[in-house]
Amino acid sequence: MNSQARIPAVELSSRDLKHNAHNALGDAQLRSNMRKAMDSLMAKRLAAMPDEYEREHLREMGNHVRARALSRLPELLERLEANLTRNGVKVHWAETVDEANAIVLQIAEAHRAKQVIKGKSMVSEEMEMNHFLEGHGIEALESDMGEYIIQLDHEKPTHIIMPAIHKNARQVAHLFHDTLGEPYTEDVDQLIQTGRRVLRQKFFEADIGVSGVNFAVAETGTLLLVENEGNGRMSTTVPPVHIAVTGIEKVVENLRDVVPLLSLLTRSALGQGITTYVNLISGPRQADELDGPQEVHLVLLDNGRSQAFADGELRQTLNCIRCGACMNHCPVYTRIGGQAYGTVYPGPIGKIISPHLMGLENTPDHPSASSLCGACGEVCPVKIPIPSLLRRLREENIKKPDAPNPVMRGQGSKYSPRERLLWKGWRLLNTSPWLYRTFGFFATRLRGLTPGSLGPWTQNHSAPKPAARSLHELAREHLEDK
Amino acid sequence: MSEPFYNAAPNATRVAPPLPEPRQYPAQKPGNAYLFGTCVLDLFFPEAGLDAIRLLEREGIKVHFPQEQSCCGQPAYTSGYTDEAREVARAQLALFAEDWPLVVPSGSCAGMIRHHYAELFKDEPATLRQVQALAARTFELAEFLLHVCKVEFKDQGSQQKVALHTSCSARREMNTHLHGRALLAQLEKIERVEHDHESECCGFGGTFSVRMPDISGAMVADKTRALQESGAAEVVSADCGCLLNINGALEKQHAPLRGQHLASFLWKRTGGAR
Ligand code: SF4
Repeated sequence: MNSQARIPAVELSSRDLKHNAHNALGDAQLRSNMRKAMDSLMAKRLAAMPDEYEREHLREMGNHVRARALSRLPELLERLEANLTRNGVKVHWAETVDEANAIVLQIAEAHRAKQVIKGKSMVSEEMEMNHFLEGHGIEALESDMGEYIIQLDHEKPTHIIMPAIHKNARQVAHLFHDTLGEPYTEDVDQLIQTGRRVLRQKFFEADIGVSGVNFAVAETGTLLLVENEGNGRMSTTVPPVHIAVTGIEKVVENLRDVVPLLSLLTRSALGQGITTYVNLISGPRQADELDGPQEVHLVLLDNGRSQAFADGELRQTLNCIRCGACMNHCPVYTRIGGQAYGTVYPGPIGKIISPHLMGLENTPDHPSASSLCGACGEVCPVKIPIPSLLRRLREENIKKPDAPNPVMRGQGSKYSPRERLLWKGWRLLNTSPWLYRTFGFFATRLRGLTPGSLGPWTQNHSAPKPAARSLHELAREHLEDK
Repeated sequence: MSEPFYNAAPNATRVAPPLPEPRQYPAQKPGNAYLFGTCVLDLFFPEAGLDAIRLLEREGIKVHFPQEQSCCGQPAYTSGYTDEAREVARAQLALFAEDWPLVVPSGSCAGMIRHHYAELFKDEPATLRQVQALAARTFELAEFLLHVCKVEFKDQGSQQKVALHTSCSARREMNTHLHGRALLAQLEKIERVEHDHESECCGFGGTFSVRMPDISGAMVADKTRALQESGAAEVVSADCGCLLNINGALEKQHAPLRGQHLASFLWKRTGGAR
């Protein structure tokens, strides 16, 4: 890839999570948009899966289907490639985003492509494909309504399913008015019509359609793609060339495995029994067919996924079917929005996947930005134990950076000898009954001396004052009296 | 995730595996029980611990409080300092040697012992067995009162509205919200009022509250507002970490409302004298 020609992307400031969060928390409009949107998504999910027994069974099944697929990942990927190739799909492997972009560029150049139309794809966000292509004189236009809005506003997606969920109708109305010169209206249907009209023409002009993949079925060599706007079908059928990009973990063994996963995906994401469109793409146009692209490519991207795969516990991260339910239910995400994470994938899943994609050194605060409340793990349709994985990442994050056999890139980015010493002191205190009781005695007797300011704690709280006597003392007296 | 499924035959996951059975409780009320006081309660809510002892004694149970106990290890564990957490956990293990129930008046600490100790000692087979046995007889206080003691409370207080906050890890690991609600429902003159986004985290999360004070602060601000707007005269909780967080924030806001431990509330409402 010609790296000189690459346009610098909008800076992902993932190292500044705390700073970004601080700013986001002060944005009252964002706070209220997010709260309303997430409340409605939570209610929709629950309405679509009201029966706890059925829901839990299905989640259990989803977990097992994904675990089984991952247990044979290398084998299934080979089968997927063989069957796709048989169907006439060209399969490409990319270890890094640069490699993936180079592959896309090569295909585009071979077809002298000038315009690319894109269905929604988070992997293409990982690749920052739009910026990359623009740097090579190729226009890339998003056709998903949310992505289109974001692209118009030069922003990054806030959510993996609903990229513009942080904006309300009024904000979109202003955007369309200002950038497209449309008459101002807050009518959502009209706004959508405007977007569709602009995009419609682009589908016919585009030389290449790009899409993501929800499930890649090894047994049949099928790429499955769900969507509600029809833009996915347009992107994958109208232009002469279709390039699908996806992560290597998206493979499942056979079509029957898709059934529970699809049901979980659409209901967890938007509370839908099924999406308006379910595309099963099994190859380019055949000789006797009237439509469809002449060429279909699949780019399989690793980008740090094999690092997660290599560890039995962290591998569960790859179960994810990208439904977004963990975000919708996360009290942190609801308050700071997706952009504050500074990563392609925000929210709970973002906090456990981004360190693999970008290294812990670039996501040092992400594992800590959680109260481990467990809301995410409780709703995850494939039962990823997100809080446990966050805890595990914290453990990797405080190791000595040069400790042997690193599991993660950027291990020990939060290593602090001072904090380590503090915890050693804490351990000494709590393993020595004599010390603990002495500490308790002085903490209670000297409680009048509790400082009024206790660092970050007193930012939100008044300083806690120990009781006059500890339970140890009260219990001893009480039980001795008996 | 279960390892065996990794190599299962393709059809093995056509049928969903059975869901875990709900917890079985002993049929008999035990004669003895241990109380694990927890570190936050020990220093900040000791009266609640004493009230827990009184509630248990009233049920005819002899309560044992080993003086060598300290902390369950949770703060270090959730911060990633696993070795430190393990050693502190180990120091507690020997203290509860008799085969008596271990009652914990704090949901998340009960959850730590019941669900996470096994993870800490997974590489030490002998200790692991000991830990599993301990986990099997570890109960959160409200759960123990409800399902093991099968308490029947007589409400002796006056008409009052009460809001219940449960720690979110505890509600998910230990069902503390259900137990708390069931106990409050026994009190005739108590009307339990829901508060906005009741199941949402109060923002404590152990060291999270000092590592991410902005985010944590936004969460506790919402929680305290919801509690105050609920119309409740009293806020109760069986989780000391949350109480420390909520009360500290309320005090900083100069709000008159304070949360109290469920044990203290139950003891007072049911005629317990101090
Ligand atoms: S982690 Fe689970 S809940 Fe979150 S997006 Fe992935 S599948 Fe959905």
